[in-house]
Amino acid sequence: MGRKLLLEKAHVEGIRHYDVYRREGGYRSVEKALKMQPADIVEEVKKSGLRGRGGAGFPTGMKWSFLAKPEGVPRYLVCNADESEPGTFKDRYLMEFIPHILIEGMIVASYALGSNTSYIYIRGEYDWVSEILEQAIAEAKQNGWLGKNIQGSGFDCEMYVQRGAGAYICGEETALLESLEGKRGNPRIKPPFPAVKGLWGCPTVVNNVETLAAVVPIINEGGDEYAKIGVGRSTGTKLISACGNINKPGIYEIDMTISVEEFIYSDEYCGGIPNGKKLKACIPGGSSVPILPANLLLTTAKGEKRLMNYESLSDGGFATGSMMGSGGFIVLDEDQCIVRHTYTLARFYRHESCGQCSPCREGTGWMEKILLSLEKGKGKMSDIDLLWDIQRKIEGNTICPLGDAAAWPVAAAIRHFRDEFEWHVNNPEKCLTENYGLRHYADPIHVPTN
Amino acid sequence: MSDEIKNIQVTIDNITIDVAPGTTILNAARQIGGDVTPPAMCYYSKLEGSGGKCRTCLVEVAAGSTADPRPMPKLVASCRTTVMDGMVVKNMTSEKVPDARAGVVEFLLLNHPLDCPICDQAGECHLQDLGYDHGKEGTRYQFARRTFKKEDIGPYIQLHMTRCILCYRCTYVADQITNKRVHGVVDRGDHAAISTYISKAIDNDFSGNMIDVCPVGALTDKTFRFKNRVWFTKPVDAHRNCTTPGCCGKATLWLRGEEVFRVTARKDEWGEVQSYDGKTGWICNTCRFETKKTESWTIEGVTAISRHSVIGANKYKTLVTPNETVKKVMKGVEPKLLMDIHSVSGVNNPNIHLSDINGPAHSGDFKK
Repeated sequence: MGRKLLLEKAHVEGIRHYDVYRREGGYRSVEKALKMQPADIVEEVKKSGLRGRGGAGFPTGMKWSFLAKPEGVPRYLVCNADESEPGTFKDRYLMEFIPHILIEGMIVASYALGSNTSYIYIRGEYDWVSEILEQAIAEAKQNGWLGKNIQGSGFDCEMYVQRGAGAYICGEETALLESLEGKRGNPRIKPPFPAVKGLWGCPTVVNNVETLAAVVPIINEGGDEYAKIGVGRSTGTKLISACGNINKPGIYEIDMTISVEEFIYSDEYCGGIPNGKKLKACIPGGSSVPILPANLLLTTAKGEKRLMNYESLSDGGFATGSMMGSGGFIVLDEDQCIVRHTYTLARFYRHESCGQCSPCREGTGWMEKILLSLEKGKGKMSDIDLLWDIQRKIEGNTICPLGDAAAWPVAAAIRHFRDEFEWHVNNPEKCLTENYGLRHYADPIHVPTN
Repeated sequence: MSDEIKNIQVTIDNITIDVAPGTTILNAARQIGGDVTPPAMCYYSKLEGSGGKCRTCLVEVAAGSTADPRPMPKLVASCRTTVMDGMVVKNMTSEKVPDARAGVVEFLLLNHPLDCPICDQAGECHLQDLGYDHGKEGTRYQFARRTFKKEDIGPYIQLHMTRCILCYRCTYVADQITNKRVHGVVDRGDHAAISTYISKAIDNDFSGNMIDVCPVGALTDKTFRFKNRVWFTKPVDAHRNCTTPGCCGKATLWLRGEEVFRVTARKDEWGEVQSYDGKTGWICNTCRFETKKTESWTIEGVTAISRHSVIGANKYKTLVTPNETVKKVMKGVEPKLLMDIHSVSGVNNPNIHLSDINGPAHSGDFKK
């Protein structure tokens, strides 16, 4: 069992409240950080090798060092808690059970970046979580961790929670900033990047909840110590929200050295596939990342064991690999229909496209319609090639990554499960009542039948 | 403009030009002109913040700058990407751009009703031009097209949302030229729509300029609707002493006989409203909708219309078109890249401007 850094204390009775959290060693990192120079904190985070936990995996220390620091202009830290990627629910868990770790991490980050006003932008659906956070902020303020002259250091920081109104697109950092400013949540055209021109035109850093929470152990233990956990460029621990056809869905904190096989089948983690079914496919990092069939999920194209970390999951590129993404681990067993599954995702992206740029606005709707007709058995063979062409024309040609996020699942489904799409075309009367099943994506693991 | 520092060198489709710092790729390409210029459906140089949305102006950046000559990984929107010194851009010469652009045209036309035969914009529609220039024949879309209910947004302007391509230009006009914006984009994704929330009528002195910036037939002039086809009318430049503050009083009258069918602002070669002394020539609603008698205007002369435009068809019969030898040599394919022959030929006299030559140029013309 790997080390736990974020969830270690998550189940201590009353940890949601300040007194218990403090008693368990909370806010130590702030005490330590306030005695350090802000630049040294950034350096420490750089040393830790921490990568953004929101999906893109961009090195956090580097992102912080990009922040422009013009004289006389305020800087902002914004926490992206608009966790709306289907299959991802790790941030909610963290905020719901141990909210003070986020606030603690944000105070340290605010100090490092020189942000006197920091925001938590939380998705509208998490209304009860926003109340928990607001209470935690009030408690932190009461105890002198927020507000004017924090712990006598001369550093001021206010923190606010802002609720979104239920749009996936507002998880894109520039759309989030627009929404935070009170405007329509349309992504901005980059450049300029938020590090130069973000919230109200001021330099801004936008970080994921888990990223900011991870700052706490980094400061407590030191960046070098943190970097020792994990493997290669995947340092530290990662929260994985596992769901789908597994025995034990939930949140797991892993140290990125375990294999995918172990993660799915060991009792410590997901506990295998229920009802003795076989593994068919898996989306390892939230709905946007490419789906992988069982054979490519457990071993890479090179024949190596695939591990649960950034490099190994993306090994082979999109041809034979996928991405770590946000850690939304969705497992599909042999009874799942890939066409139907892809249609469900396409429907989601169509609904959530902001409609600002044409490839995404029109392309997502078109893909959804074609996938629905394929699922209903009304599709043509040419529709599969058409889908491929549409996704190709969306990918990379849009303002923000939502276009890519809509295109990748469709591309991967066709790439790896084309025969299932063809079966839908060839068996129109069967495809709504029967399932294509596994065919040659056989589960390479021996599963006891009892 | 002449004292502007032009020290950024950019190469677009193998043509190198010096431009001022901060120029976008699109504007640099417009300074070169011709086929080098990417089409733009949402960008409008006179409207701050416009652009980046339609994705028709995507270009390939083969080298970022002299300092960092790496190519950019994705195609970029040329209207919102500023040039760097030593940047190499590929538009028509790129392998990826025509394919991506054809894709964008297909997306734009996907839910467009293609009701050009009954659309007032036909003949001066940018989407129509774009479709002919960069699109493909036929459509692969086999589902019902999206439609919207017609919405009444005031006495002068007709909103036909079904035709809209969501370029956002009209919202920028309302933000930047009128004193109050009462319309905007409601909903999202492929059901997003331009609307005056709860059908609040647009009533403002400069609201008519939204019609001029609309690239398609989504916003049309109610006083002109179904009165005539643009190519039957004859555009003339005219001006009047307008008392509305902010109105330039310079307009194009669209005549048929002596009757003024329509008044619009004057457009430049990119289909945008012209500027005078650095100020954009927006016109007020009084000039546009209520001054439709020739005696109210001082007519300056016939509006210069591109000879490729359908509006110019059958009007200038004396025009001699050059004999396109390139097309013949290339087996019917139109020349895609034109260059300034002065710069490549030692024969031609650069002091003789090509447009002064009546008809096709001969060697004799340069010996004068």
